[in-house]
Amino acid sequence: MTIKVREKSSGLKSRLQKAIGTQILLLSMALCGLIVISACMGYIHLSFIDVAKIIFAKIFGQTSLLEGMDEILPVVVIDVRLPRILTAAVVGGGLAVSGAVFQGILLNPLADPYTLGVSAGAAFGASLAFFFNIVLFDQIGLGACSVPVFAFIGAAGTLFFVIYLSSASGGLSSSNLILSGIIVAAILSAGISFLKYVADEQVSIIIFWLMGSFASRTWADVFMTSSFLCIGFLVIIFYARDLNLMSLGNRTASSLGVDTGKLTLILLVTASLITAICVSVSGIIGFVGLLVPHMVRFLTGPDNRKLIPVSMLAGAILLLCADTVTRAILPDEIPIGVLTALIGGPFFCYIFRKRQVAGTDS
Amino acid sequence: MNIAIEIKKLSFFYKERRVIDDLTINIETGKFYGIIGPNGCGKTTFVDLIAKHKKPVSGNITYKGKDLSLYSKKELSMEIALVPQNFYINFPFTVEEIVMMGRYPYIPRFSVPSPEDYKIVYGIMKKTGIYKFKDRFITELSSGERQRVVFARALAQDTPVLILDEATSNLDVNYSLNLFNIAAQRVNKEKRTVIAVLQDINLAAIYCDYLLFIKQGSIVAHGDTDEILNRNTLQFVFNVDAKVYFEPYSDSMQVVFKK
Repeated sequence: MTIKVREKSSGLKSRLQKAIGTQILLLSMALCGLIVISACMGYIHLSFIDVAKIIFAKIFGQTSLLEGMDEILPVVVIDVRLPRILTAAVVGGGLAVSGAVFQGILLNPLADPYTLGVSAGAAFGASLAFFFNIVLFDQIGLGACSVPVFAFIGAAGTLFFVIYLSSASGGLSSSNLILSGIIVAAILSAGISFLKYVADEQVSIIIFWLMGSFASRTWADVFMTSSFLCIGFLVIIFYARDLNLMSLGNRTASSLGVDTGKLTLILLVTASLITAICVSVSGIIGFVGLLVPHMVRFLTGPDNRKLIPVSMLAGAILLLCADTVTRAILPDEIPIGVLTALIGGPFFCYIFRKRQVAGTDS
Repeated sequence: MNIAIEIKKLSFFYKERRVIDDLTINIETGKFYGIIGPNGCGKTTFVDLIAKHKKPVSGNITYKGKDLSLYSKKELSMEIALVPQNFYINFPFTVEEIVMMGRYPYIPRFSVPSPEDYKIVYGIMKKTGIYKFKDRFITELSSGERQRVVFARALAQDTPVLILDEATSNLDVNYSLNLFNIAAQRVNKEKRTVIAVLQDINLAAIYCDYLLFIKQGSIVAHGDTDEILNRNTLQFVFNVDAKVYFEPYSDSMQVVFKK
């Protein structure tokens, strides 16, 4: 009897999983709608139509549409709200994609960008930048860049160090990578704590950045993150089928024509760079990379060719919603990293516990 | 006599430890090979070298007259398939999806499987008795069921050479015989080559035409099963007392051990 029920539900699931085109279409439409709705909300409330008009006018250069509208409104939408909204969406998509890739490579549905210490590396780099209040870039007129640049260097440096640490005896094993990631992350966290301890005046800036925020993002941030995400996404989608084979284990994947060492390296570097660029503009935002692919897997199944695009859209929607809540709905803006952890953490505990209970009979 | 794989002076090290030591052997087309040896003797490393999952430190392997290192991974995936030891799959792919992965070498990267691919996959699932749970998730299966799915995946790869690395270690006797029958059929009817690493010497005696006994990275004895499988070989390789006799019921040599 139970077997029958199980087969029925599997059948339903596989039907759901086949409707991949519809899923992508619906999620894309939802994302576009949410971007416009989110742009309506805030200190000055705008109507859906007005925002749609402003965006349309901006994209197609038809300024006639804006006649009779308060001049401040297009500025609010185009220069203040949209950069922040789009950055939030891109970062959400990026974190979710890299989470899905890490889970695929490390063969562990509970892995995410943080497992490899990449985020801790970015945070350490940014803290250093705050601590020394780096003036280097001020002199060449790029003062705003120092934090992202240092975060990026920190993330990339950590990734290569972790790979170096775990690749001692040829090949990258997932348990070695996770272990090295945790060790390096622990050292870096201690480093961050030390910086906070000695930082006197800068300490509040460091702490706030570490909690994550999308406040005062610019179009430059949007272009930087989205171009990295686009390139990274193309690379990942190209290898998505090979990533499926990795879940059969290295030896089987190798016998099916996958160069496992090369694939692991390419995908790890790509996913880590996406993470690094995301962390460098937004600070630490936890649980998106972990939770989104996990939830999406219920919808699409584990096939990475479906999982990765849908995860990207779902991650964008999730983080955009969370950012809109903290920006426009809550009376005071709370750091988005805190919000995602407060909501995502307990939800993750629930999933994890369910998994444990379900896992006992197999 | 048609040689499929020619192995010359093959050596492999893990750091200082010599795992495969100056090994030379020819593998002929259309035969069922059994590799037998004590735990940790290098059997798995040996088959990994043949499947090009590991690179030899010295010596060379020639497949169909061409050095193995000259084959791309993709070319080789249409020539040699490997069934690994039991491996837990962490993601909920369906059984059908897993078996279809065996067809990936034939399906271009962004294409969907052809009707021919489906025909092969469905045929193999029926033959191996896993068709009835083709829509279930691999994560929900017992280890025996999972192993049959992984075996079917390798059959779907449809290669001239099939390597089985203790591929039936979790299976009950019924399914072990079922899968070995399928493999033997491929050898006898389609002149393919099977190289099986086995723990069960009696199973090897029933199915294998030729046995390689490996001890400490070297082949210490090899030959036709009826000749090489004897008391002295087992004494030397495993250090056990055994009686080897011809059993008419299974129409093969069989081994019994002393307590």
